[in-house]
Amino acid sequence: MYMPDFEYHTPETLTEACALLDELGEKATVLAGGTDVLHKMKVGKLAPGHLVSLKNLDDLRTISHEPGRGIVMGALTSHNAIYTSRLLQERYLSLPMAAHTMASNQICNMGTVGGNIVNGVPSADLPPILIALNASIRLVSSNGERTMPLEDFFHGSAETVINQGEILADITIPDQPATGSTYIKFGLRRSGALAVVGVAVSVTMDGDTLQDARVVLASAAPTVMRARGAEDFLRGKKISDELLAEAGDRASAESRPRDSIRGSAEYRRNLVGVLTKRALRKAIDEGHA
Amino acid sequence: MPQAITDKDGVKRYLITLNVNGDAKTVLVKGNAILTNVLRDELDLTGTKKGCELGDCGSCTILLDGKPVDSCLMLAVEADGREITTIEGVAANGRLDAIQESMINHAAVQCGYCTPGMVLSAKALLTRNPHPTEPEVREAIAGNLCRCTGYVHIVEAVLAASQGRTAPADH
Ligand SMILES: Cc1cc2nc3c(=O)[nH]c(=O)nc-3n(C[C@H](O)[C@H](O)[C@H](O)COP(=O)(O)OP(=O)(O)OC[C@H]3O[C@@H](n4cnc5c(N)ncnc54)[C@H](O)[C@@H]3O)c2cc1C
Ligand code: FES
Ligand code: FES
Repeated sequence: MYMPDFEYHTPETLTEACALLDELGEKATVLAGGTDVLHKMKVGKLAPGHLVSLKNLDDLRTISHEPGRGIVMGALTSHNAIYTSRLLQERYLSLPMAAHTMASNQICNMGTVGGNIVNGVPSADLPPILIALNASIRLVSSNGERTMPLEDFFHGSAETVINQGEILADITIPDQPATGSTYIKFGLRRSGALAVVGVAVSVTMDGDTLQDARVVLASAAPTVMRARGAEDFLRGKKISDELLAEAGDRASAESRPRDSIRGSAEYRRNLVGVLTKRALRKAIDEGHA
Repeated sequence: MPQAITDKDGVKRYLITLNVNGDAKTVLVKGNAILTNVLRDELDLTGTKKGCELGDCGSCTILLDGKPVDSCLMLAVEADGREITTIEGVAANGRLDAIQESMINHAAVQCGYCTPGMVLSAKALLTRNPHPTEPEVREAIAGNLCRCTGYVHIVEAVLAASQGRTAPADH
């Protein structure tokens, strides 16, 4: 397959990488695992003048718990590194399990969480569970850095608020009261299929009362979205099967899916309801799973 | 940054070292050279196959620092200095690996196009998890598509190899 030509760069530090992006401007594209970038270049959707490879930035490949901050995960962490992280398995098993629903073993050894976020597509599997866990991100550039809730990063199909010259450095999952969370992905096959719809939830239980809940939908709108109506409805209520079904109906009504080769809008809307109910039940009964 | 050499026509190439099957190979490649092509065309390691070239089929699977990756979605320059195992490096001292032996004995190979990638995915699994369950085997090879066998014999062959048997169980 044809690969367009480009200039290749391998900065040694984050500072150097930011300086390079500034110098090269619009012609530069960041290269992490390359599973999206090279795919796009091969099918003729992308022809950057320069590729700035992050491969030497080993600091962005670590996962650690920082007291007072939470779990900090470098943007270059691969899907398989998330899946096999003891720290994440112990605290939020839902995130390793979400990483495990993705692609094939080969792609999971290559693809990174940063690429999955910055790519900005509504079918990406990691943003929903990260948003359910109230994650924030740190964007670094030569002009300094900014931190924002991950949910504020997306604002349209494949559109994000990242600026030219910015690099996603890390993702933080804050220490939090949530008692359970999960991501349920519905794909056409168990392996190697993108989400027809995915639903991530987190719940904070107090006895059998839902103190708080987050419901986040993948492939159900032009961008990953929170079903805030469903969340508001659930807050402070005693759980019952009827309550969870009603929350599912509300999430379904809020969703804005489109017809695509993977499923019709009507089918997807229906799936949002079913999966929301199931995901809430699972997070309530099984904790972070 | 690997050393860059620009020829008289202004084409820039990089001098990279790939540690392939235990040998350090130094090759001069353009930035846009895909790793599959460098292995096949520069190093004559044609056991690594090209199918979809987009990360879907796994026929280009190699082990990078012991882990399976699709070499069709990787630039050769990105692999500079890394350890690579291709199918040519699986047999040692003229003897086939137990997985290869077992695949032959289980008739798990038909056209053979998927086989190199399949063996490497299975090899990585058994190195990490010497006694996998059937679902674990199926999961490990889920990124390797086979249009011929229907997978049943492949899964049996990998399980048998993990149990120290390379001949099929009686049917
Ligand atoms: C066969 C196949 C199957 C797939 N299956 C799935 C799936 O099931 N679920 C799913 O969600 N995705 C899937 N994907 C998509 C892709 O693998 C993931 O989105 C992956 O996480 C992308 O990460 P990457 O490191 O490879 O990104 P890259 O291709 O390196 O980059 C992707 C984008 O993000 C930018 N970028 C990357 N890192 C940074 C950073 N730190 N800072 C700033 N910008 C950055 C790049 O410039 C580019 O625009 C699949 C892809 C393939 C080829
Ligand atoms: S050729 Fe690489 S995955 Fe198909
Ligand atoms: S044996 Fe032909 S593709 Fe697997």
